[in-house]
Amino acid sequence: MKIAVCVKAVPDAFGRRIDPATFRLDRTGDLSLSEYDAHPVEEALRLRESNGGEVIVVSLGPERAADALRKTLAMGADRSVLVSDGAFAGADLLATAHALAGALRRETADLILFGQQSADGDGACLWAAVAESLRLPVISQVSEITVVDGGLVGRRQTEFGYERIRVPLPAVVAVSDAINEPRYPSLKGIMGAKAKPQEVIGADDVGGEGASGTSVLSVSTPPARARGRRIEGTSDPAQDIVDYLVKERLL
Amino acid sequence: MKALVYLEHHEGDVLEASLGVLSKAATLGGDVAGVVVGSGVRALADGAGSFGASSVFVADDERLASPLPQPRVDVLARLVRHEGFDTVLIAQSVLGSDIAAGLAVRLGAGINWDLTDIAEEDNALHGTRPALTDSISVAVGWTSDVRIAVFRSGAFDATPGDGTAEVWDATVELEEHSVLAELVEATRAESSGPSLEAAAVIVAGGRGLGSAERFDLVEGLAEVLGGAVAATRAVVDTGWWPYSGQVGQTGKTVAPRLYVAVGISGAIQHKVGMQRSGTIVAINNDPRAPIFDYADLSVIGDLHDIVPRLTVLLRDRRGS
Amino acid sequence: MLIVGAGPAGLAAAIRLAQLTADEPELATRLGDVPVAVLEQGKTPGAHLLSGAVIDPGPLSRLLGDVEFPSYGEVRSESVLYLTSDRAWRLPTPPTMRNRGKKIVSLAKLGRFLAERAEELGATIIPETVGQQLLVENGVVVGVRTGDRGRGRDGAELRRFEAGGEIRARVTILAEGTQGHLTLTALEAFDLAGPNPQTWALGVKEVWRVAAPLDRVIHTMGWPLRPESRFREFGGAFIYPLGNDMVTVGMVVGLDYRDAGVSVHDLLQQLKTHPSIRPIFAGGERIAWGAKTIPEGGFAALPKAFHAPGLLLCGDGVGLVNVPALKGVHYAVESGRLAAEAAWAATTTGEVARLADYDASLRTSFLWRDLRRVRNVRQGFARGFRRGVITAGVATLTRGLLPPGTSPTDADASHEIFTTTRAASYPAPDGLLTFDKLSSVFLSGNRTRDDQPNHIRLATRVPLELGTLWARMCPSHVYELQPADDGLVTVDIVASNCVQCGAITAKGGRLTPPEGDSGPEYTIT
Repeated sequence: MKIAVCVKAVPDAFGRRIDPATFRLDRTGDLSLSEYDAHPVEEALRLRESNGGEVIVVSLGPERAADALRKTLAMGADRSVLVSDGAFAGADLLATAHALAGALRRETADLILFGQQSADGDGACLWAAVAESLRLPVISQVSEITVVDGGLVGRRQTEFGYERIRVPLPAVVAVSDAINEPRYPSLKGIMGAKAKPQEVIGADDVGGEGASGTSVLSVSTPPARARGRRIEGTSDPAQDIVDYLVKERLL
Repeated sequence: MKALVYLEHHEGDVLEASLGVLSKAATLGGDVAGVVVGSGVRALADGAGSFGASSVFVADDERLASPLPQPRVDVLARLVRHEGFDTVLIAQSVLGSDIAAGLAVRLGAGINWDLTDIAEEDNALHGTRPALTDSISVAVGWTSDVRIAVFRSGAFDATPGDGTAEVWDATVELEEHSVLAELVEATRAESSGPSLEAAAVIVAGGRGLGSAERFDLVEGLAEVLGGAVAATRAVVDTGWWPYSGQVGQTGKTVAPRLYVAVGISGAIQHKVGMQRSGTIVAINNDPRAPIFDYADLSVIGDLHDIVPRLTVLLRDRRGS
Repeated sequence: MLIVGAGPAGLAAAIRLAQLTADEPELATRLGDVPVAVLEQGKTPGAHLLSGAVIDPGPLSRLLGDVEFPSYGEVRSESVLYLTSDRAWRLPTPPTMRNRGKKIVSLAKLGRFLAERAEELGATIIPETVGQQLLVENGVVVGVRTGDRGRGRDGAELRRFEAGGEIRARVTILAEGTQGHLTLTALEAFDLAGPNPQTWALGVKEVWRVAAPLDRVIHTMGWPLRPESRFREFGGAFIYPLGNDMVTVGMVVGLDYRDAGVSVHDLLQQLKTHPSIRPIFAGGERIAWGAKTIPEGGFAALPKAFHAPGLLLCGDGVGLVNVPALKGVHYAVESGRLAAEAAWAATTTGEVARLADYDASLRTSFLWRDLRRVRNVRQGFARGFRRGVITAGVATLTRGLLPPGTSPTDADASHEIFTTTRAASYPAPDGLLTFDKLSSVFLSGNRTRDDQPNHIRLATRVPLELGTLWARMCPSHVYELQPADDGLVTVDIVASNCVQCGAITAKGGRLTPPEGDSGPEYTIT
C-alpha cells in the first residue's frame, strides 16, 4: 500500500507571534512537526507494517521545514517531499490545497492521510479541499481504520456519536489524535534518517502557484478576557450561579 | 450580497448554530437564502423564514440520507452557480467544515473560518477571527468572487422573528467521487457523557476538592449539566483522576460553551487549556486565586457547600 | 566519536572533528558510518542553553574561520553599580570585568547556529536523547547507553515505550554543561575529582522586549543581596542589551547562602523594582525566562584529570568558568576544540594514550592561566562581601601571585542554615514588572510530559527549614511542602515543572536527566 501523509512544520506553540508586516504567523523561529501530524504518520507506519508498501511524507513549507520532516523519517517513513517555493509564502487554504494536490498527483498514493487539525490554526480542513482537488472520497475525524477488500472502513467521531464509513481506495482520510499513540523514534531511526531521500520541489512541479482567495487585513489585540462578575458572601451562592446560567442562556 | 446559509440538521431539528448564522446573515442586508440537504427533510424548511431567510432550498433525495460532506458539496456548488450566490455561510461543525473546504476548491472560492463576526464595509465583506489561542484578533477579507465564511460554533444567537420564506426544490446531481463513501453504521453517543473535546459543558476539579473521593461532587454536577469531567495536572499527578481527563498545557485543550472550575487556582498551565471556553464559572475559597482574573463568574466560597447545593438546584430545575 | 551535549563545548568539538575529518577523509573512514554524533537532551540544540552572555569571541572566531556567529554586537559601554535599596553608586570597573570589544550573544541562539554549522560539516546531531549511562568495558569507556522514553510515573512501560540504545564510540567526549549527569558519575567512578568540592551559583534570568534601547552593559552588586558576612550572599546582577529592542536581566547568587528564605527568582523580581533599574523595563514585555547553575569553584575545584580511558571531559561540566570575569563560554569552546584534537590524534594513530594529551593541552592553554590567576577570588567572598572585595583586589593587582596557595572551598550543602524574614520583602507579583514562578516556568517553554518517573532524587521527609530552603531555592516551584509528623515536612516533587537548573544537586539532592525532550525550550536565553 502506498501511503502519503500530509504534514506541516509549525512554529512551537509557545513562541508563536504574528509578523507585524505581513499579518501572518511569524515562521522564522524553530519549526517542528505539528503535534497533530504525528498521529497520521504513526497510522501510516502501522498500515505499512501490516500491509507492506511505502510511506511518503508530503509537506508545504520553507526549506527549513526539512528538519521537522526528518523526524518523520526517524519514526520510520521512507522518504519525504517538501514543496518549497517563495510563491507559496502565506498561502491560504486554496493555495495550500493546490500545492499539496500537485505534489500528491506525482505520487499516486493508495491512501492519503492527514492529521485532524493544524497546531497553528492555519490548515483547517485541508483534507476535504485536497480530496476535492484530486476527486477522491474523503472521511474525517477517523479514530480507527480497518482495511477491507478494495478499501477501508473508518470509524468517525462526530458531535452526536460515531459512524462507520466505507470508502474504496484511493481515498483521503483525516485521523483524530484518538487513533493512536505515536511512537518515539528509535535511536537507529534517528541516526538513519539523514540517509533517507528528502526531495524538495517547487511551484512548477505542482502546476503553478494556484490562487489565494482571501486576505488578512489587520491584527489587533482584543481586550483581555476581563474579570467578570464576582459573588462573595451572598446568602445562596449556588442559586446565584443558577440565575447567572439562566440569564446567559447556558442551561 | 446574495447569501446562502447551510442549515445543518440532526434528528429532525435544524441546529441552533446554523440558525444563529442565518440570523446574523439576515442583518447584513441583501438576500439571504437557506439550504437544507438530506432525505425526508422537507419539513425542516418551515421555520427558516422566521430566522431571516427569504427563501429556502431543499435538496431531498435518499442519496443524501447519510450526513456525508461530498454530496452536499455537489448540491451547494450547483446552487451557487445556478442562483448566483456570492456568499456561502456555514456554522463550524465536523460536517460543516468538511463541506466548506470541498466547496471552496470546487468553486475556487476563498474561505475564512473560525470567524466570530462578519460585517459589510464599503461593499466588501470583512470577517473577524481570533488567533494564537485567542490572544489576538485578525480582520480578514476575501479576494475571490464567491466567498465562503465558516463561523465558530455558537458565535451568534438564533433570533426568531416573523418572516416566512419561499421553499424551492434544489436539483441533486452528484459527482462520481462524491458517492464513493458509504455509511455502514451510525451510533448515537453513549449516555456516559461526551468526550472532553466534543463536550459543550465541562466541570473540572482541582486541588481544592481535597481528596479523590470528593470528585463525586464534580461528577454529580457534570451529570446534571450533561457535561464531561476534567481535572487539573495537580490532581492527576496525585492520582485522583486519570490523565485522559487532564486539561491544560500538557493535557487537553478544550473549548466548551461552559466550563465550571471547582477548586482550581487557575495558573497559566491550566488556563491555556481552557481559555477559549465560552463562559468560565470558577468556585474557589481563595479570593486571590489567579482564575478569578479571567473567569466570567467568580464565586468565592466553599465548594463543599456550593457544589452539592448547585447540583440539587439544577436537578430540581431539570425535573420541573 | 560520540559527544554528549550540544552546547558550546560539544559543538566546538563536533565542528573541530568535522574539520579534521574533511582535511583527511581517508583517516575519517576509520571512524565508522557516523563519524561524529552529538547527543542532545533538549528538543533541539539550544533548547537547554542559558547564559548572559558577554563572551570573548576569540576562540569561537578562530574555530569558525571566516564564518560569523550571530551576536548582538560588541560591548561599547559598561557600568558597574553598587546598589542599596534606593540608590545606585557607579563603581570603577574592576579589571577582571572589562568587557569592551567582547560580544553580546544569546547562547540559545548561538547553540542553534553552531549546530547548523556542525551538521553542514557532516556531524550528526541526535536531539531529544539523553546520555543515561556510560558503557564501560574493562575499565575503558566504549560509549553511552541512551535513555528510555515512554515510562509512566511508576516506571512501568507505557504503550509507546521506546527503550534506549547503545552508541559505541572509540572516544566519548562529555560536554553536558553544569551538573552533567555522566560527568558527575565519571568524576566519581574514575576518581578524577580534585581535592576541593565544586560549588555553584544559581542564575535566574529574563529577556524583555523594551520600549527604549539600553546603551550599555550593566553589572550590579549589593542590594538586594546582603553584605553581612553571616548571610554569605555572594553574587550580583547583569543587564545586557540584546540589540535595540531587547534587554536581558539576570540575578546570580552563590548557593552557599545561609538563609533558607533566599529565592533567587524573587531576588530578580526585587531587583527590577529598584528606582534606577525599573525604568529600563517600563513599557516593556517579558518574553523569556530561565534558570541554570554556574560552577563557581574555579581553579581550586577543577578535577585532577580531565580524561579517562576512552573519555574526555569539557566545559562547565568540569568547572571551566572564570567567576570574577563571568566568563565560561569561550573556555568551553576552547576545551571542546582541544578535546577534539586529542580524540582525533588518538583515534587516527590508534594510540589511545594520546588522550592524555588533552590534559596537557589544557594546562598549557590560556584558560589554565586565567583560572589560576583568579583562583582565590571567589573563596574570599565566602567570608563576606568586604573580605571578598579585599581578596579580589589583592589577587587582581598581583595577577594571582597573592594570596599564595589555593584557598579551599566548602561544599554548598555543608553549611548551617537559618531563616530570617527575608521572604517578606519579596515583591508580590504584579504581572507587569514582577512575576510568580509558575508563569515564569511557562515562559521557559517547559512542556514536560507529566506521566513519567520523577527524575529528582531527594529525601522527602525533612525538617521544615531544609524543606523551606529547597522550596525557596527552586526557581520553578518543583517542591511543595506538606506538614508531616514531629515537626518534619513532606516534600512533594512536581517534577514536570523542573527546568533542570541543577540547584538541587548542590544542596543535598541529585538532579538526573528526565526523558529526552523534557524541560525548557529556550530560544533567546
